[in-house]
Amino acid sequence: MTTTIQFMLNDSPVEVEVEPRTLLVDVLRDGLGLTGTHVGCAYGVCGACTIIVDGLPARACLMLAAQAEAKTVVTVEGLAPPGEMTALQTAFHEEHGLQCGFCTPGLLCSLAALQQGDPAVSREDVDDAISGHLCRCTGYVGIRRAAHRALGVGPGTGDAS
Amino acid sequence: MRPAPFDLVTPSTLDEALVALRDGDDVRALAGGQSLIALMNLRFAVPGSLVDLGQVNELARVEDHDDFVRIGAMATQAVVHRHPVVAARAPLVAEALGHVGHWQIRTRGTIGGNLAHGDPASELPAVMLALAGVYQARSAGGSRSIAADDFNLGPYSTALAEGELLVAVDVPHGSPAEATAIIEITRLAGAYAMAGAAVWCRLNGNVVTACRIALFAAGSRAIRVAAAEAAIQDTELDDSAIAAAADATSASVSPPGDVHVTADQRRHLLSVVVARALRVVRQRAEVQTR
Repeated sequence: MTTTIQFMLNDSPVEVEVEPRTLLVDVLRDGLGLTGTHVGCAYGVCGACTIIVDGLPARACLMLAAQAEAKTVVTVEGLAPPGEMTALQTAFHEEHGLQCGFCTPGLLCSLAALQQGDPAVSREDVDDAISGHLCRCTGYVGIRRAAHRALGVGPGTGDAS
Repeated sequence: MRPAPFDLVTPSTLDEALVALRDGDDVRALAGGQSLIALMNLRFAVPGSLVDLGQVNELARVEDHDDFVRIGAMATQAVVHRHPVVAARAPLVAEALGHVGHWQIRTRGTIGGNLAHGDPASELPAVMLALAGVYQARSAGGSRSIAADDFNLGPYSTALAEGELLVAVDVPHGSPAEATAIIEITRLAGAYAMAGAAVWCRLNGNVVTACRIALFAAGSRAIRVAAAEAAIQDTELDDSAIAAAADATSASVSPPGDVHVTADQRRHLLSVVVARALRVVRQRAEVQTR
């Protein structure tokens, strides 16, 4: 049994046929071809599939596609116009905020949601948001430096303080 | 992996949801899905049908009453974490939510989903014990209140009957004569606690006149430690009373070991978190009465 769902995806309305058990992350990747959202653990721990749903970060592997009905979804592809980068993405590029890149789309979505939701964000808020993502390459030093710089919290030294 | 096939019902009112839960075949309520969908992805949970509560807006309210805060089951953990009424009336709930999962989980994870899941390592059941919260349950046949002490029966097992839905929890208002704290030990931020304690004390001056000490990640369910509570009752929470409460904790628990900690290590860590939480309570009580 399938149903038709409609939601806003990166500023465009989309309509897809889904089974009840279809995960949102699979609709994004396999149904709509937006493979920027990565699947790591598929049970909510690693953060690679994090997207923005109604302005808040969410694990796309822990949402049924049916739960996206009438919602506004943003993936890494929707953060900046094609060929351009946001200041956050530029900071990741310049501060060595990624290595293999697998965790990057999720981190960018969490931090973009944090930035848009709270203009007076603190360094602790930024680190708390980063803690919801596993990175096995960087040791988080470059990620924190990039995020602190882009969100304007502290000197962005990437130290452990 | 991905979930096995199931039927999905999406009611828009509580009454519709309760009927769907009564009539469904092998049915589970879906709240924020931050535990249930993970378990379904792993096929540890294979329900025949789900009743998605995401459209039942009446379940997502946070209401301040005369002497308690009523938190709707579908209120997200992120909303309750930052809710001004919760911060003012039940600060232990807000403090505990900072330890629940990560922000990216709390945005969808709900208060009711967490508590109905009955995870023995979750902070919230212990907070309900420490604050003497009340669970409000509804079914197509009626409603009832369940005391926190009677709610958790075992791992992932609660007093909720088949077809019964947790619709809200009532958390008593705090007062300036009370102090609370929650302490846990984890291997990394957002991970399951290896040991945790939630504490509530009422004080007259410096003297503890009533207290509740609840543990989580201590075994099959959140539990209160009567011997530790007795150890600080009528004391000024001096170092010797706190040490006695810690000793009483390690003497009265028999927690399991796992891949992260042995049973003996966990027993020790539980005494450590009790002592740390009581020191925080003492410090907060001093600030409040100054």
